[in-house]
Order: sequence, then structure tokens, then C-alpha cells
Amino acid sequence: MGWENLLLGFEVALQPMNLGLAVLGITLGTIIGVLPGLGGANGVAILLPLTFSMHPTSAIILLTSLYWGALFGGAITSILFNIPGEPWSVATTFDGYPMARQGHGGEALTAAFSSSFVGAFFSVVLITLFAPLLAEIALKFGPPEFFAIQLLTFSSFIGLGGGNPIKSLVSILIGFILACAGLDIVTGQLRLTFGITELMKGFDFIVAVIGLFGIGEILLSVEEGLSFRGVSAHLNPRVVWQTWKTLPRYYRTFIRSAFIGFWMGFKPGGATPASFMSYAFAKRFSRHPERFGKGEIEGVVAPETAAHAAGGAALLPMITLGIPGSPTAAVMLGGLIIWGLQPGPMLFREKPDFVWGLIASMYTGNVIGVAMVLAFVPFFAAILRIPFPILTPLIVAVCAVGSYAVHDSMIDIWYMLLFGVIGYVFKKLDYPLAPLVLALVLGDLAENALRQSLIMSQGSLLILFERPISGAISAVAVLFFALPLLQRYLRRARKPEIAAVHSHDG
Amino acid sequence: MRTADLTTALILIAGGALVIWDALRLGIGWGSDGPQSGFFPFWLAVLLIGACAVIAMQAHRRTRDRPFVTRQQLRPVLTTLLPSAGFVVLTQFIGLYVATMLFMGFYMRWIGRYGWAPVVTVSVLFPLIIFVIFEKWFLVPMPKGPLEAWLGY
Repeated sequence: MGWENLLLGFEVALQPMNLGLAVLGITLGTIIGVLPGLGGANGVAILLPLTFSMHPTSAIILLTSLYWGALFGGAITSILFNIPGEPWSVATTFDGYPMARQGHGGEALTAAFSSSFVGAFFSVVLITLFAPLLAEIALKFGPPEFFAIQLLTFSSFIGLGGGNPIKSLVSILIGFILACAGLDIVTGQLRLTFGITELMKGFDFIVAVIGLFGIGEILLSVEEGLSFRGVSAHLNPRVVWQTWKTLPRYYRTFIRSAFIGFWMGFKPGGATPASFMSYAFAKRFSRHPERFGKGEIEGVVAPETAAHAAGGAALLPMITLGIPGSPTAAVMLGGLIIWGLQPGPMLFREKPDFVWGLIASMYTGNVIGVAMVLAFVPFFAAILRIPFPILTPLIVAVCAVGSYAVHDSMIDIWYMLLFGVIGYVFKKLDYPLAPLVLALVLGDLAENALRQSLIMSQGSLLILFERPISGAISAVAVLFFALPLLQRYLRRARKPEIAAVHSHDG
Repeated sequence: MRTADLTTALILIAGGALVIWDALRLGIGWGSDGPQSGFFPFWLAVLLIGACAVIAMQAHRRTRDRPFVTRQQLRPVLTTLLPSAGFVVLTQFIGLYVATMLFMGFYMRWIGRYGWAPVVTVSVLFPLIIFVIFEKWFLVPMPKGPLEAWLGY
């Protein structure tokens, strides 16, 4: 590793064609991020078929730029419309929307974009430093280690995801079961098809992403009525400059949030807890905690920095281990396979131009991104003023196009509709959707890793704990799985004391 | 909420039972080349049924409740879902482009109460844009029906 690799990457990323694709990706991504019902994951999924004929490096640059754009776009809807486009934008609405209501929308947007940029940039620097090391270590991994990492992936949804841990578990199991449907490549047998030919092809996770996040989200957002109400913001160079002058004051919040974001983010499902955690920390350490929630700029800086640091960090396990950290990373991973690349640590040896082009494009993408969103906010915000009766059929039709294009198959459009209804019901009942999608993506890999591990050990699951690396990872995974139970036990143990104190008061 | 939670859990338990039935057919034990095809789905389904039983019990015990969806919320949801379902049915028979045109036209006219001029403009223009981008530029075919066949595609 070394700087020459990164320079090689910049040579790729700075080619005019790839720069153009980055601009295109960020424009489309921001539009997608602003539109309700379309977020990073399904935006990437819908555009994936368009990249089939591209060079893999150009294709991944287009998709990662789209990802950054969608992250920036999410901030616009949170601040101006009080609609969090993604779960990790929820904390941004706490102070962003009040700021916009008070006429400080421009400041809030500038702070959000700048923080996003700082967070993402921090992650990308860490990725540049750690990705080659991690890939080097991962080259020594065998099936037990890979299965242990998968366990860790899913255990962190249960232990750290928040919400009902049993419902997280159910989502994971449904994803894995759906992944089993179709032809079992190891034994050649058909599973869960019940003699129906259409089911032979199985469920494609890209279609699941489009249905669950696209159609499901649309159904959720129309619940509150068939219109949006937003605040307008004036963003001109003077406002940007004024805000930038105040931002260095919050350097502690920036650093703290970036670390929280990266640390939570390379584990799956980390972006949302990271944004909330960093908001809570900022409030705790602030000299004016009472101002939070009423339009404090620090309350925008903290969650945005963390969410984007996490969003960047989610790409680290995808490039080094071939295990995505978020649904969007999962869709990109699906892209790698379609473009004929084998995701995983070998990529660093076999396709250095691809890996380093991708890493370098994260730098260029973010720089271009922050400049573009600052310049074109009014244009992007205007998209949300498209009347609802036009927007809804438009989004549904675009989702259908994306679903069909994956395999040129009509049944995928039906699956999209079905997954849309499932997504709506699950979202309302607090079943998390991200673990379902990740399990659907990783199902085959996980099953094969488990099979090979069991063959190595002749049927004993203990192999996961006997080898040093997989043992350590599995132990952490078991801890995460047990975390909800432990917390419950601790809370119960503490409760009588609190009750006792209260009875004294009374 | 409680009823919806219980129903979902019971449907998932039934689904789990179906998976177990299929897994038993494939064999859940040790074959000549490692675990058999049914091994992985079997244990997933066992866990699923267990977890859903816990969710059902939690839901059953809950006393305070809010409705899963209010009548006020259900109306806009259905006015989105049903036309979307209709659009998918139409796509199956007359292709995606014409179905998109009819879907957009219907939605703008009956939900949005637009005049005929904007309805026709938008609902014809949008499928045309999709056609040019996907079919022409990126050579990704979409489902087509009699109209496209008549036009020679």
C-alpha cells in the first residue's frame, strides 16, 4: 500500500468521463434523496441496470456519487420539510426544521452540508488508511471467519439496532429464508418452490429493496395526507460564508461526531444510532443544552457529521470483506457481482485500479457534491413542490422500471408490489427492514460459509469458537445477541431501588 | 396494533411451518457432501417460529394500544395502493409504457383534478422520456404490449 495507489486512483477518478459521471450521479442522487419514497438504496437499485454496459470503475463511481447525493438530499427534506428521508436524518429535523421555521434555513442547510462533508471526508481518509490493512488480514480468512463476521453483522442489528430485538431477529430470519428460495447451487435441489416454476429464480434483493423502501415508503408518506408543506430557504454565498465563519467553533462536536459515526458505521445499521448518539452527546456537552430542539446549529452539525461518517464507513467492509454494511452498500455489492468482479479482499490485488479509483472517487465525489448542493439548493427543494398527484405515479412507475430491468421479468414487478405492502406493514409494526435486505443479500454466502465450516469440523458448530480470529469475532457476536437480554436483566435489577426511592419521596 | 401484530406473527408462523415441511422433504441431516439442502432453512424456520411465538405473546399481553391504521390514514394509502396494483395488472397485459400513461393520467385527473391539457401532456411525455432513456440510450428493454408491436418494437 502507499500513496502511489491513491495517486493511481486519482488518475482514474479525475478522468473527464468519470468526473462527468460523478456530477451526474450527485445530481440524480440528490433528486432521489429529496423525493419521498426514493432513498439511497432504491435509487442505486433502480439505476443499477443502466450500468450493466459500463466499465465497472465508471459504474461504481456513478453509484457511489449517487449515494453521496442521496445523503445530501436527505438533509434538504429534513430541514425544509421536516420529513426525514432516511432514518438517520431524523435527528437532523430536531433542530434543522425549527431553524428553517425561524428563517435560518440557509444557515441550517449550510451547516448540514458542511458537516456531511466533514463526516464523509473523515471516513474516507480512514478508509484509505485501513482498507488495505483490513484486506490483507481478510486474505487469511477461511469459511469459519467469514461466517463469524456474518454473525457479527447480524448480531449488531439485534444488540445495537434499538427497537424490539426479537423483531430484528425475525427480519433477519425472513431475509435468510427468502434467500434460500430457488435452486440450491451446492446440491442442485429446488428449495421452497413447491413445484411452481416462477419461484425457481428466487427473490432478487434489488427488487426487494425497491419494493420495501420505495413503494412501502410512498404508502407510509401518503398516510399524512396527499401533500407536503415546506419552508423556503434563501441560500446565497453570503449566508454560506457567514455560517462557515461560525462552524469552526464547534470543532469538538465535529471530531466527536465523526469518531462516533465511523465507529458505529462500519457495523451494519450503525448510521441511525450514530446520529442519535452524537446528537445526545452534543446536547450533553453543550453550554446551552436548553437551546437544543429549538433551532441550535450544533444540533444540526452533530447528527449530520455522524450520519455521513457512518455512511462512508459502511463502504469499508463492502470493499475489504465483500460484506456490505448497509442496504445501499449491499446493492453496490450486487452490482460488483453483475459486472463480473468477485467482491472481497482479493479485489485489492487483482483490480487495484477499480478499488483505488473507487476510493479516490469518494474524495472527488464529496468535494463536487458539497459544492453542487450549496449552489443548487433552490432547484432541489423545488422538486418537492411537484404536486403529489404527479409525483406518486411517477415514483411508482420508476420503481417498476427498475424492478423489471434487473432480470427482464414481469414477476419482479409483482414482487415489488408485494414487498411494498410488506414494507408498509413491517414499518408500521416496527420490524426493521435493513436486516431483512442484508440477510437476503448475504444468504447464499452465509450458508456456504456455514456449510464449509461444518464440513471442516465434521458437523461441529464449535469450530466457530476454536479458531482464534473467528473465536474472537464469534464471542463478540454472542455478546451482541445477548445484549438485549442483559440490558433487560440489569434494568430489572435496578428497578426495585428506584421504586424504593420513590416510595420514600411519597 | 395488537391485532395486526398478532396476525403478522401468526402468518409468519404458518410460513415457517411451510418452510419446515419443505426442508424435511429435502433432508435436514448430514448428506454425503456435508449438510443437506434442508439443513439451513430448517433451523431458520425453527428460530422464526420461536421468535414469532414470543412476539405473539408480547402482543397478546399488551393492554394499552393504538390503532394500526386510522380510517383517515387508510384512505390516502388505498388511493395510492389500489391504482398502483391496477398499474401492475395493466403492465402485464398492455406493456409498461401505455400502463404508465394511463396510470399517470388517471391519478392526475381523478386525484389531482387537473384539466385535460396538463394531464395529457405529462402522462404522454413521461413514458416517452423513460422510453428514450431506457430503451434507446441504455438498451434496457421494458415490457411492451400491442401498441408497441403495432409501432414495430
